[in-house]
Amino acid sequence: MNVSTIKVDNGVNVEALLGARAMLAEAPEGGRFQWRASCNWVRGTHSRSLVQGFYGLGAEQSHKQAFRFDVDHPQVFAAEDNGPTPVEYVAVALASCLTAGVAAVAQNRNIQLRSVEAIVEAGMDIQGILGVDSEVRNGFDGIKVTFRIDADATREEIAALVAQSQRRSAVFDILTNPTNVTVEVQ
Amino acid sequence: MSTARRSLGAAGSVDTVVVGAGHSGLAMSRVLAAHGVEHLVLERGEVAHAWRHQRWDSLRLLTPNWQTRLPGQHYVGPDPDGYMTSAEVAAFIERYAKFIGAPVRTSTTVTSLRADDERYIVETDRGAWRCRAVVLAHGAHGVALVPELARRLPKSVRTLTAGEYRNAEDLDPGGVLVVGASATGLQLAEEIRRSGRSVTIAVGEHIRLPRLYRGRDIQWWLEAVGILDERFDQVEDLIRARRVPSPQLVGSPERRMLDLNALLALGVEVVGRLVGLDGNRLQFSGSLRNHCAMADLKLARLLERIDRWIEQHGASAIAPPERFGPTPVPAMPRLALDLARAPISTVLWATGFRADYSWLKVPVLDRRGRLRHDGGVIDSPGLYALGLSFMRRRKSSYIHGAEDDVRDLGTHLVEYLRQHKLRQPHPPARTTEHRTLPDALDLRPAAVRVH
Repeated sequence: MNVSTIKVDNGVNVEALLGARAMLAEAPEGGRFQWRASCNWVRGTHSRSLVQGFYGLGAEQSHKQAFRFDVDHPQVFAAEDNGPTPVEYVAVALASCLTAGVAAVAQNRNIQLRSVEAIVEAGMDIQGILGVDSEVRNGFDGIKVTFRIDADATREEIAALVAQSQRRSAVFDILTNPTNVTVEVQ
Repeated sequence: MSTARRSLGAAGSVDTVVVGAGHSGLAMSRVLAAHGVEHLVLERGEVAHAWRHQRWDSLRLLTPNWQTRLPGQHYVGPDPDGYMTSAEVAAFIERYAKFIGAPVRTSTTVTSLRADDERYIVETDRGAWRCRAVVLAHGAHGVALVPELARRLPKSVRTLTAGEYRNAEDLDPGGVLVVGASATGLQLAEEIRRSGRSVTIAVGEHIRLPRLYRGRDIQWWLEAVGILDERFDQVEDLIRARRVPSPQLVGSPERRMLDLNALLALGVEVVGRLVGLDGNRLQFSGSLRNHCAMADLKLARLLERIDRWIEQHGASAIAPPERFGPTPVPAMPRLALDLARAPISTVLWATGFRADYSWLKVPVLDRRGRLRHDGGVIDSPGLYALGLSFMRRRKSSYIHGAEDDVRDLGTHLVEYLRQHKLRQPHPPARTTEHRTLPDALDLRPAAVRVH
């Protein structure tokens, strides 16, 4: 089989991404982005967030449509379970960010993907958020991501894809490194 | 005498000035002399100054003696597989300076470089030189790269850079945080741990290498396979290649392997990259596992490449392939260290260096303060660099990497001088003044006199 004649297509426009990288090297100010979400309280722990506009490449941008996210707590927390918990959205963000990275890196390395599945397990002791034990932190005490990847590649090449995806992931960085957070009331 | 020197002003003129009498500046001097280029090597201190004054006591080269060579001089001692100490490197370089008869001006600190019409003015604390070409061979280690948060560390903690560190006995008896996991960070962490102090090492991206592979020094393989000769204009991502940290290696008489596994076995605590300081709390990245996984994967790829090369070349009497176990990352590496409570008395920055360009008054730096150059040909005609990371080849920053680079750049420089002969001849008064000064006379290299 002549592998070199097969066109790898993971649905990622690598040329556009590399072009953007080259362009930003010339005009770094275009790299400033601002991501936004607005959240409205509904009732109890139920809220609804909207995501549509963002800023980047020197101009206001918009998604094709407004995306809506219902967020709530489960019934074991005596809530109505109108949506996933906020921390589950964090798990979603990490899994999807790493998965997108795997696809992009695979395309760039000429590796055809057939299936990619990421399972996220994030541990937490709720004694923290309930204020039972001040020694216990509110957030995750560890996150484990397990990938199952079927691709035209060796085990080592797949491991390298996943490693490089972490290296370039925004959410991986957000979760592993500190970020200044400012919350104000208007 | 000093008055005479000062009165040189812009009167001293020479075709080419080489800044720095380290290994690369001297190698360039040899090439320029061979081409008959009139030149001077200006040195702030003495030949091989940094090797005498800016290295920790136990430092040895990362490259074996047989590989330590300059154009026309190589190691001839009894221990080709050993690794030179700083003093031995200094002696090697000094011998080279004498051997080539380099026109070195010692104790002459360059204070600025500026362009003046078609020439450059190199100002020093002992007068100024007008020239047509300048080679920056002052080394890539002038300024220690220390994170911004260093300034906010509590006063109770002593901080020093790898350039300032001499030996563990100089440190306070308390614990030490070593920041950085290249060759320097690992060597210092090991040495300080062996002095009985508790040591924590903060680890970001790193390159793990065995000292010996299949019975030979890893540098032998890197050279044989062609990795050290990979060129700047052929590598896929040059910016990234230039940022690759120096490999985790130590030159020791017993040729031991030094990696995080070795440090863990000594009881060194391994944590992620230092990423923040919140009050007294140092914060470490949660990315340690991935950084170790990447280093392990890269090591395995390198060894496979070496194994393939051996197969293709049918090398005989070679030990069988080996694999090194993965880095045993602790299950839950520490994410923070409270300096008010932890017994840390010293933070040691093994976070790398960059060249000092503060004296350059020629607009050749990019917005991040890096030199704009194409394989050492600086973005200002007649200016050249030497010794930078992956400047023309992967080996550019090594002593043995100078030879190919000075040959390439020397040829370029000679061609530049030939094509850019000054429209106006030197004003005769200046030339005369220059020639009548004894200082200016003895700087002409032998090769020039022969012509």
